[in-house]
Amino acid sequence: MGERAFDEIMGAGGSARPELAELGRWLAETPQRELRQRQESAERTFRQLGITFAVYGESEASERIIPFDIVPRVFLADEWSRLSEGLVQRVEAINLFLDDIYGDRRILKDKVLPEDLILGNPQFRPEIAGIKPPHNVWAHICGIDLVRTGPDEFFVLEDNARTPSGVSYMLENREAMVRLCPELFAQFRVAAVDSYPDRLLETMRSVSPRGCGQNPNCVVLTPGHYNSAYYEHSFLADSMGVELVEAADLVVDDDIVYMRTIAGRVKVDVIYRRIDDDYLDPLVFRPDSSLGVPGLIAAYAAGNVAILNAPGNGIADDKAIYSYMPEIVRYYSGGEAKLPNVETFRCREPQALKYVLENLGELVVKLVDGSGGYGMLVGPTATKAEIEAFRAALVAEPQRYIAQPTLALSTVPTLADSGLAPRHVDFRPFVLTGSKGVQVVPGGLTRVALKEGSLVVNSSQGGGTKDSFVLMDNGLSQSQNLGNMTQVQG
Amino acid sequence: MLSRTASSLYWLGRYIERADFIARLVEATIRLDVLSTRSAGEAAWQSALAVTDTEAAFKASGARLTREEVARFLIRDPSHPGSIARCLDMARNNARAVRTALTREAWTAINSAWLIFDQRMTRLDPDSALALVDAVKAETRGFEGAIHRMLRNQTTSFIRLGQATERVDDTARLLDVKYHLLLPEGEPVGGTVDRDQWTTILQTVSAVTAYRWLYNEGLRPANVIDLLLSRAELPRSIAAAIEETIEMLNSLARRTGSHGEADRMARARMTRTAKTRTGEVIASGLHQHLQAIIAENDQLHTAIARQFKFH
Repeated sequence: MGERAFDEIMGAGGSARPELAELGRWLAETPQRELRQRQESAERTFRQLGITFAVYGESEASERIIPFDIVPRVFLADEWSRLSEGLVQRVEAINLFLDDIYGDRRILKDKVLPEDLILGNPQFRPEIAGIKPPHNVWAHICGIDLVRTGPDEFFVLEDNARTPSGVSYMLENREAMVRLCPELFAQFRVAAVDSYPDRLLETMRSVSPRGCGQNPNCVVLTPGHYNSAYYEHSFLADSMGVELVEAADLVVDDDIVYMRTIAGRVKVDVIYRRIDDDYLDPLVFRPDSSLGVPGLIAAYAAGNVAILNAPGNGIADDKAIYSYMPEIVRYYSGGEAKLPNVETFRCREPQALKYVLENLGELVVKLVDGSGGYGMLVGPTATKAEIEAFRAALVAEPQRYIAQPTLALSTVPTLADSGLAPRHVDFRPFVLTGSKGVQVVPGGLTRVALKEGSLVVNSSQGGGTKDSFVLMDNGLSQSQNLGNMTQVQG
Repeated sequence: MLSRTASSLYWLGRYIERADFIARLVEATIRLDVLSTRSAGEAAWQSALAVTDTEAAFKASGARLTREEVARFLIRDPSHPGSIARCLDMARNNARAVRTALTREAWTAINSAWLIFDQRMTRLDPDSALALVDAVKAETRGFEGAIHRMLRNQTTSFIRLGQATERVDDTARLLDVKYHLLLPEGEPVGGTVDRDQWTTILQTVSAVTAYRWLYNEGLRPANVIDLLLSRAELPRSIAAAIEETIEMLNSLARRTGSHGEADRMARARMTRTAKTRTGEVIASGLHQHLQAIIAENDQLHTAIARQFKFH
């Protein structure tokens, strides 16, 4: 990791990229004390509003806020349009893949993927094979994790097609930035993100089994307020104006889903569920789950309710499947993937395993079913003991692991204790798919590793977040664009 | 509205009101303790426990009957479910469960009240205890204000229903404090200490000035009892809380289209309250009368839970 990584604002050198010269000037001219005050004000507000997450294994008292960094990361308009095309292509393929795997399984018959990788995968749900979701949409809300290593080098790190979180931070971070740094929004035309809840609701309504015109009843299903992402669940329900329900609020009768209200039962048509497949319906999945709604899958199979994301989606974001995503995209779209994967070694393959074992010190090794930065080895920063522990685990159960080279992740200037300093970032845009097609919301969640040199951005591992600006035109200021309209009130 | 939401809103109202009440009670007790010419100390703190029905729980906690330890127990003992800190915990948990139903203002008020107990304090001398209960009262007032700026819909009706139900209980207990609060030996009824005690009760419900407006004579216990029992002009009187309960039940009935057992019970209670004469109550036993109100309030609570399918 010796050489300097590409910086999103400063480029490769010491001064800002030409399109972002204004931003560079802002960074250089705003006193750091001022930046720090604004940042602290934002964090105080987050604490006041209870924008927190619970850390697993810690007591309820340890609700934390995710550290917020005041320096935004920026996408130029043309960067964004290229990214969007790649994201649309990828999510369309994921959707066709799910429809195929739980349907005809053409991709297996054509030998593009090894059969056991799908049918023997714990994320594959044989229980729902043959069920068609309303309007054939499976992956309604996707969070595609991206990393960048250079001006034109974007790579997909992970496809989150189950219940991706973070969209509330995208919206709250923007609100904080507009309040604290209004001058930036006067200088740059930043695409608005606050239409997200409307677009999500529109997506939900569009996949209703009753059709939009009938005024479908949509709800958000949460595991409850002890869940680490509960704030986001309530935030989404609130901003869409729909009920936030827990499983105990729902009851299925004669294959129809109802919610229990003070005035009796009310029919439910569309459920944005934020609980895992395992806990969705004890009659079909884990029988010991008290979180689930008995009979929900039967109602779904009968075509009486839409579930977002569709049950069974986990197979699409499994890390073992990920390594085949270029083939999957090619198979369903007929063209090359516009967004490449990070090179990935499947340890289940003997050749790859051999290479991984020989190069552990330079690789990132991940559990196929791990998440949130757990069960992961970052070779270059690991101790000898950690490397040896992973070597033993790899030899014992190679099929549980994949490995990737450590990339020179891009950085963004970040307010560290010592002042502004480059810190590594990743990015999660949100992609919505309804009955009328796929759309990418212009923005997303930038996660930043707050420790110098660290590549781990997960909030559970001490990472922070930044606002993500998508510019509507490269570096042109709003006042230029509005021309003489700026002079209305003389 | 979801039944679970309704239940959480109702309990949110109850817990906030209870936190406010305990704060007022602690404040009153500190006053009684500190202001009395002859320190009524232990007796005052003993009565605070009696009012909240927590003498046994306090004893079991192993704490000693001193000002500092009772105050700590009532204010921030994490193992005592009736402490202000735990009431705010419960209020916040319920609020979190129904965040979508609350405005940001209302949520922030509850969260700020809860955050008061985030910083741990080691000592609780009268000054810091007073500052703490003042802060709690200020935040609950903020919540009250936020509630009155929310839409007048089922959400606010359930919160206010919970507050009103809790208030009947609280005010009855507060009035009963005089039964538990024994006069020091040799103190005559109507003497300085006795008057201090009645004044403190008035202060607890912010009604010292109200008393002067409504009664053109000096402090008389029968009047204080009358004020807190049956003068609906005083927001914290039992009569006012009962009126509020009925009003909230009515507005819910209008929106859900049905009356139930709770409405009938509440109306019957109002009729009875209207017929009650303070003089007769005092003659036949104020303590028994207040205990009956508390028991009846419990039954009403059960009927409300059944009627709106709380679970």
